[in-house]
Amino acid sequence: MTGELGQIAVCFALALSLVMSGAGLWGARADQAASRSIANGAAMGMLVFTALAFGVLTYAFIVSDFSVALVSSHSHTTKPLIYKISGVWGNHEGSMLLWVLVLAIYAALVAALQRGGDRLTSAALGVQGLMAAAFFLFLLFTSNPFARLDPMPFEGNGLTPLLQDIGLALHPPMLYAGYVGLSASFSYAAAALMVGEEGWVRAARPFMLMAWIALTAGIALGSWWAYYELGWGGFWFWDPVENASLMPWLIATALLHSALATERSGAFRTWTLLLAIGGFSMSLIGTFLVRSGLTSSVHAFASDPTRGFFIMVLIALAIGGALALFAWRAPTLKGGAAFEPVSRETTLLLNNVFLIASCACVFVGTLYPLVLEAFNGTKISVGPPYYMLTFSPIFFALLLLVPLGPKLGWKRGDLKAAWRSLYPALGLAAVAAIAVLALITPRGLTAALAFAVAGWLIGASILDVRSRKGARASAFAAALAHAGLGVTLLGVTGATAWRSEALTVMAPGEIITVGPYRLRFDGVTEVKGPNYVADQARIALMDGDRVKTMLRPEQRFYTAEGQSVADTAIRTTGLRDLYLALGDNRGNGRYAIRVYVSPLAPLIWLGALVMALGGMLSLWGRVRVGARASASETVAAE
Amino acid sequence: MNAKKKRRLAFAAALVAVGAVLAVIVVYGLGQNTMYFRSPTDIAEHRIQPGVSIRLGGLVQQGSVAHGKGAEVRFAITDGKSTVPVNFSGVLPALFREGQGVVTTGALNETGTFVANEVLAKHDEKYMPPEVVDSLKRSGHWKEGGV
Repeated sequence: MTGELGQIAVCFALALSLVMSGAGLWGARADQAASRSIANGAAMGMLVFTALAFGVLTYAFIVSDFSVALVSSHSHTTKPLIYKISGVWGNHEGSMLLWVLVLAIYAALVAALQRGGDRLTSAALGVQGLMAAAFFLFLLFTSNPFARLDPMPFEGNGLTPLLQDIGLALHPPMLYAGYVGLSASFSYAAAALMVGEEGWVRAARPFMLMAWIALTAGIALGSWWAYYELGWGGFWFWDPVENASLMPWLIATALLHSALATERSGAFRTWTLLLAIGGFSMSLIGTFLVRSGLTSSVHAFASDPTRGFFIMVLIALAIGGALALFAWRAPTLKGGAAFEPVSRETTLLLNNVFLIASCACVFVGTLYPLVLEAFNGTKISVGPPYYMLTFSPIFFALLLLVPLGPKLGWKRGDLKAAWRSLYPALGLAAVAAIAVLALITPRGLTAALAFAVAGWLIGASILDVRSRKGARASAFAAALAHAGLGVTLLGVTGATAWRSEALTVMAPGEIITVGPYRLRFDGVTEVKGPNYVADQARIALMDGDRVKTMLRPEQRFYTAEGQSVADTAIRTTGLRDLYLALGDNRGNGRYAIRVYVSPLAPLIWLGALVMALGGMLSLWGRVRVGARASASETVAAE
Repeated sequence: MNAKKKRRLAFAAALVAVGAVLAVIVVYGLGQNTMYFRSPTDIAEHRIQPGVSIRLGGLVQQGSVAHGKGAEVRFAITDGKSTVPVNFSGVLPALFREGQGVVTTGALNETGTFVANEVLAKHDEKYMPPEVVDSLKRSGHWKEGGV
């Protein structure tokens, strides 16, 4: 019965999304207040029914209701509860249901907050409703999560063990909150093109921030997962699926900065609109890349061509429609305000140029193999060296410019004064570079350069905070986010330039030394987990002849799924990771063992966390200012 | 020409310049760093330069895996029609088995042995890399539902 309830809920939500789009778009007319309230109500109703459908599916997973086909093919009674729940979105159908749930949450937020006036909100709800309707249709016709299985099997097929992990339990919801969060900016931009663009940036900015925070956190979670779960010691592989999440992040970052200029000084009016459209377009393209099965990875759940086709049509309609609207309405918009060549606006313009350029590099590298294969059947892959050659220098140039922006005034800035005020940061950069060159062998120029840039970023952020005592939260937020970039850069540099590794076959009792660590292999025993059996190695971290601590990397075999996954053992000091992975059995108790020592690796994710905190601070500042503004409005009205 | 038009022109020129530089970087980057996927039959039929990085995929031939000293492993990759010997030094993925589909990255040496610096096998017993499926289909050794 539960399955049918979910299905009915999805149908109701679809109907409400159609009501919302019709009433919302009609309500954009000044004299249609009744239509606007219908749209608002429909947004709330859509959330209720989508949440009900999601709840029903989650319940089916929790109680292992194998009469639902999705549950039987992706769950198992022996799975721990948390992975029964995360199994809901550990498959194509469920993840699309999560996608529409997030879309419905943002629609309800737009309706509840009524930012930017009732006409703008109404038009935005209309656009959001169109997208929701398209995705509900996609769900019902190509990816029904509630399809039944008859006869009902006694046991499920289980969930890919790689997904049975806390990092991957949280990563998809976080990433979707970001991907789909960009839909709100997209809807506001389209609404602004319909009813006039005044005030849309201010209205949409909290949504841009929410999306950006979630994307930052989601990407960081994904990278962290890849680091400890895949057993290769790497944190970013330039895999098409990772790129699919990086591209919206780059555009969302550009959007945040461009929107700042539009809001504060009226510059880049049309460009910001275009970026809001572009950001969500990247999310859609990312979804298409991941969900169409064009790329092979853990993320490609299904390679059903009708789904790929449907999503492609959906993308074409959404992007094409928005761009057509843009082309039609943009010439009627007020041009952006002028500014001097030396000004905050110019630095934000350069920020956008570099971000778009780096996104273009990722875009080409990701899609070129697909296009080439479609074109003449040649199979190629574009590896990390391509990105090191194209993306990295462009992004590096961007980082060099970051500290300058906040030091320059709007409209017209004083470059000399800005430069002078940054001397201490420059000093910190020089110290960082010299320290690297002097203290660490072998000498690496790239590492020294990267440390200089990180010092430059962090130093400038500290200066920013010091020079603006009592300033608005947004200045602190920017400083925090920029410092986070510096911290991540430190981590990336340490973990790539100074990583040491050993790939050896060890017999019990054997000792190896990697970096500062002495490790003794004490053999392998079999242990039983809740739904797997594992070969567990005992590797002693030695301090002289004394055993300091015991590390236990595992090779787990998940019996239900018939799959095998490494479980790494990582010991971190916060500034350096010792990373162990157990490899294959080479007979006579000998095992292949991978050891990585990654200096500063934890800073990669700490930096991302700092960036996300910066975003949250900015969001909090908005909410507070918004509350104060509406309070004073109320006072004024009285 | 008024000031506004001049500004627009300068902006357009700058945009074209940035675009051109970007295009050069991207095209150069792609030219240097694309790796072709080859099947054992491709290698048998076409001369592939030693030392050029390629990806080689197929099935690990039954009975071919031999462990050398330390982390060295020798095995052969086959698509049923042709076979290429592979040398690899490192840790093999957990599901590396004889008869499994694998994709390796590396280059041929002068004697026609493929020296791999990376061996990928997916974590799923049922999974077969799509490139390998295609090459097995071409060599006529693909059986639906696994091999």
